[in-house]
Amino acid sequence: MGMKEKIVGTIAKISGPLVVADGMSGAGMYDVVRVGDLGLVGEIIELKEATASIQVYEETSGLKPGEPVESTGAPLSVELGPGLIEQFYDGVQRPLNLIEKAAESPYITRGINVPAIDRKKKWDFEPSVDEGFEVTEGDILGFVQETVIVRHAISVPYGVSGKIKKIEKGSFSVEETVAVISGPDGDSKVTMLQKWPVRTPRPVFRRLAPNVPLTTGQRVVDTFFPLTRGGAACVPGPFGSGKTVIQHQLAKWADAEIVVYVGCGERGNEMTDVLLEFPELVDPKSGHPLMKRTVLIANTSNMPVAAREASIYTGITIAEYYRDMGYSVALMADSTSRWAEALREISGRLEEMPGEEGYPAYLGTRLASFYERAGRAICLGSDKREGSITAIGAVSPPGGDLSEPVSQNTLRVTKVFWGLDANLAYQRHFPAINWLLSYSLYAEKLGEYWDNLYDGEWSVLRTEAMSLLEDEDRLREIVRLVGIDALSRQERMILETAKSLREDFLHQNAFHEIDTYASMDKQFRMLRNIVSFHHLCMDAIERGTMIQDLFALPVREQISRMRYEDEKELDKIDALLPQMKKEVEELLPEGGMDDVA
Amino acid sequence: MLPKEYRTISNLSGPLLLVEKTENVRYDELVEIELANGEHRRGRVLEITRERALVQVFEGTTGIDVESTKVRFMGKVLTLPVCKDILGRIFNGRGEPIDDGAPVIPEKYLDVNGFPINPYSRDYPSEFIQTGISTIDGMNSMVRGQKLPIFSGSGMPHNRIAAQVARQATVLGGHEDFAVVFAAMGITFEEASFFMEDFRRTGAIERTVMFVNLADDPAIERITTPRLALTCAEYLAFEKDYQVLVILTDLTNYCEALREISSARKEVPGRRGYPGYLYTDLATMYERAGRIKGKKGSITQFPILTMPEDDKTHPIPDLTGYITEGQIILSRTLHRKGIYPPVDVMPSLSRLKDKGIGKGKTREDHADLMNQLFAAYARGKEAKELATILGEGALSEEDKAFAHFSDRFEDSYVRQGEYENRSIEETLELGWELLTLIPVNELKRVRDAFVEKYLLPKLSDNKQQEQQK
Repeated sequence: MGMKEKIVGTIAKISGPLVVADGMSGAGMYDVVRVGDLGLVGEIIELKEATASIQVYEETSGLKPGEPVESTGAPLSVELGPGLIEQFYDGVQRPLNLIEKAAESPYITRGINVPAIDRKKKWDFEPSVDEGFEVTEGDILGFVQETVIVRHAISVPYGVSGKIKKIEKGSFSVEETVAVISGPDGDSKVTMLQKWPVRTPRPVFRRLAPNVPLTTGQRVVDTFFPLTRGGAACVPGPFGSGKTVIQHQLAKWADAEIVVYVGCGERGNEMTDVLLEFPELVDPKSGHPLMKRTVLIANTSNMPVAAREASIYTGITIAEYYRDMGYSVALMADSTSRWAEALREISGRLEEMPGEEGYPAYLGTRLASFYERAGRAICLGSDKREGSITAIGAVSPPGGDLSEPVSQNTLRVTKVFWGLDANLAYQRHFPAINWLLSYSLYAEKLGEYWDNLYDGEWSVLRTEAMSLLEDEDRLREIVRLVGIDALSRQERMILETAKSLREDFLHQNAFHEIDTYASMDKQFRMLRNIVSFHHLCMDAIERGTMIQDLFALPVREQISRMRYEDEKELDKIDALLPQMKKEVEELLPEGGMDDVA
Repeated sequence: MLPKEYRTISNLSGPLLLVEKTENVRYDELVEIELANGEHRRGRVLEITRERALVQVFEGTTGIDVESTKVRFMGKVLTLPVCKDILGRIFNGRGEPIDDGAPVIPEKYLDVNGFPINPYSRDYPSEFIQTGISTIDGMNSMVRGQKLPIFSGSGMPHNRIAAQVARQATVLGGHEDFAVVFAAMGITFEEASFFMEDFRRTGAIERTVMFVNLADDPAIERITTPRLALTCAEYLAFEKDYQVLVILTDLTNYCEALREISSARKEVPGRRGYPGYLYTDLATMYERAGRIKGKKGSITQFPILTMPEDDKTHPIPDLTGYITEGQIILSRTLHRKGIYPPVDVMPSLSRLKDKGIGKGKTREDHADLMNQLFAAYARGKEAKELATILGEGALSEEDKAFAHFSDRFEDSYVRQGEYENRSIEETLELGWELLTLIPVNELKRVRDAFVEKYLLPKLSDNKQQEQQK
């Protein structure tokens, strides 16, 4: 193979993160270039004959026209291989700890070039196939124990197939050959390191519709607006409504096997918080620190804008890589609005014709193609393993107004909508997900799934709880207009139960050690108790019991404390069922409840 | 070698000028402009091609002409000369001393744009700052390294609150060096001299650095003023170990200046004519607050912005709220009632409070008490609303108690003197005192142990006093 001639142009114009270079004939669209004497990293985003417009991922201050621009001849890519988990990257996959070391400063200076994956570290490779096997792209060749939790599969790279000529067990660095495959075009050496262009989705064998729940331990999510493995959800809300806390909670407690968290244009201190907290928190399933399954990507709001644009692609490509091993991956992007703003800034500098609110006309397609990279799929490889990516994007609409372009384009492609409500946040009701506005298009499908596990009771309970909350909204309007006395005793009971649903079930304290996570078993039992108590009381009212007496029952106090019951002692929640029955029965006039039960 | 002089200005528009036939000019470079009458102005390169440079003039383009004005490119970005003696000094918005003192003998020159702090190198803010103001300390506690803005409106006493915070802020049990960096952007002479007088009178001026751009100073200079202040703060915090409080006022004027440049460049506007990059631009300032691992100092930001028409959804407060770690919102209603400081407790929020309060930081009962006060105040306000519609008679006994509580809360907890410096203990005790107005069984947010320890003694005291009467 002849060496491709290097393409070196010169800077003609500089305007913020946008640099125009000429003499770039031969360069490709989206090729990565090195800009100026400092060698800043950039990407070609527009080509007009020999003139290339480049978005630069680092601060361009000090560049001048005439400095060289050199194309690397390859599109923006991420490095994939063991060593990704537990890393903390910037938007273009530079490890932030190595940046600190290279810069010898707590500030991110420019022109720093550090490897995304450690080249020296040795990994124990355990082959799962023998020499002589016929393999094709995506077939697993063997495994590396990446962390206590993650068994990292090494697969045949895309576009390679043939017979395994050599494969061996042992300790290797990521650049060393672990297998040789002889195919029709000769031998290919397989290392544990792959590169993949971030803007190209990694291929799968076949895509599947999502049908399995992704539980999150958050009651309002799992019970009311559930998520599936391979689903896509969005969380729009004004500032202070708790978007980031929800994203953090999902990153902590979602039962995904791998979590990729992208902090895109948000606060530096929030990422530091995640970085300090995740190694301390223990995953309820594996019993190991959450960090052992997490990849963090941070391009905070003050870091260069173009790298922010790239960060969500970096994130989703890493997520795809783990999906291809057969894992269920959850990707959180906080916030996609900041990503869209980066897109808008670059578009403005390119002097493109603006669409709505100055955003480029292709905003919708870009958002859609990002969320489409989520999903459940049969991966490449002859074992037909299944993997999934669940994507959860936060949206920060200006002034909380959802009519703006980013929210609208996101709602068009996501199936779950958790609408955050500033008023709930003021009342310190967290998570401030508005139960009347939000929806999940997976709810029905997942209802069947849970009904199978909970003897068909699940959907009934959920539907009844939802309608109680809707009734409450209507009744509260009446109370506001004419006062509580206008309500019948039954209606007052509905208000009380709805209040209990809100305060004892939907409200969840992310900072309480037990309340922060509730298993489905716990959620089901809690909901069953609240709804059963409602039924008992409604019957009692029918039979003439005073509502004040019912409101004063001691069991109500215990209902409000169900959330603090340990996961290991869920029978204590069950024990409330006979107790509430007894307490209500004692209030009944002669005759008891026999004829009702 | 002297930099080359250009007399090739081809175009002037708003704060911008275009220089032709430039050579070797760098992006973002500092520019010196010499007018025909000998006056010097400064600017920076906003955009550059092979033949021409677009320059933003800090002091505005009034008086600049195409023929005789000379332009020099200085070969460096805008820097701020710093040294430890900078404390106690007053500068204008361009960083030149205006206090008749000696010129600063610089220890070094720092790039005013700074660099982003590596999130990996940050240390999480967790040390409580006592401001002596109950609504901040008790309900929305501030921690070192936080950025917590005041959202105010025209005619409200945000300046007095900021001055009070600057006077009183201390770290519990700490004996570290404390400094205030103050940046005024487009405020009136009267407002600026209020701060200067206040700092002088209380002696705070000794540990204060001021950068003052007044309302009649060039608007474009305001883009630089806060960056000078933050560069100075970074120097004091991370090289000289000071605990720095940065007061920036008024961000609204800053954003207007940014809009002016953007429209002069004919950029596609975002919401309300503000540039699409307003968020990023604000973030490059706000994110310069924080703590850094291995450094003793810290930067806490206390920016002030006046919301146009008290509208929180206006782009300036809105984008600010998305970047800062909470906000203190002032209420016109409370202000009309004559309550100082008129902090609207409900929508105000400090996102970092949870890690700065509690046992070993403030007191074990702080979090519970705060939640209970929030809940009780919310319920009280709700009850009062109900009473306005349906009359006092429609309230239950509990609701009446809560309504009474909320009045007392505003009157004695929110209200305090401008020179009243309440310790955190006093604030907490005051909170419990107010909770005595509510039936004990309604206190659901506080642990029983705390009720016993902090509330019951107060209840029995009150009873004794009543009996004595």
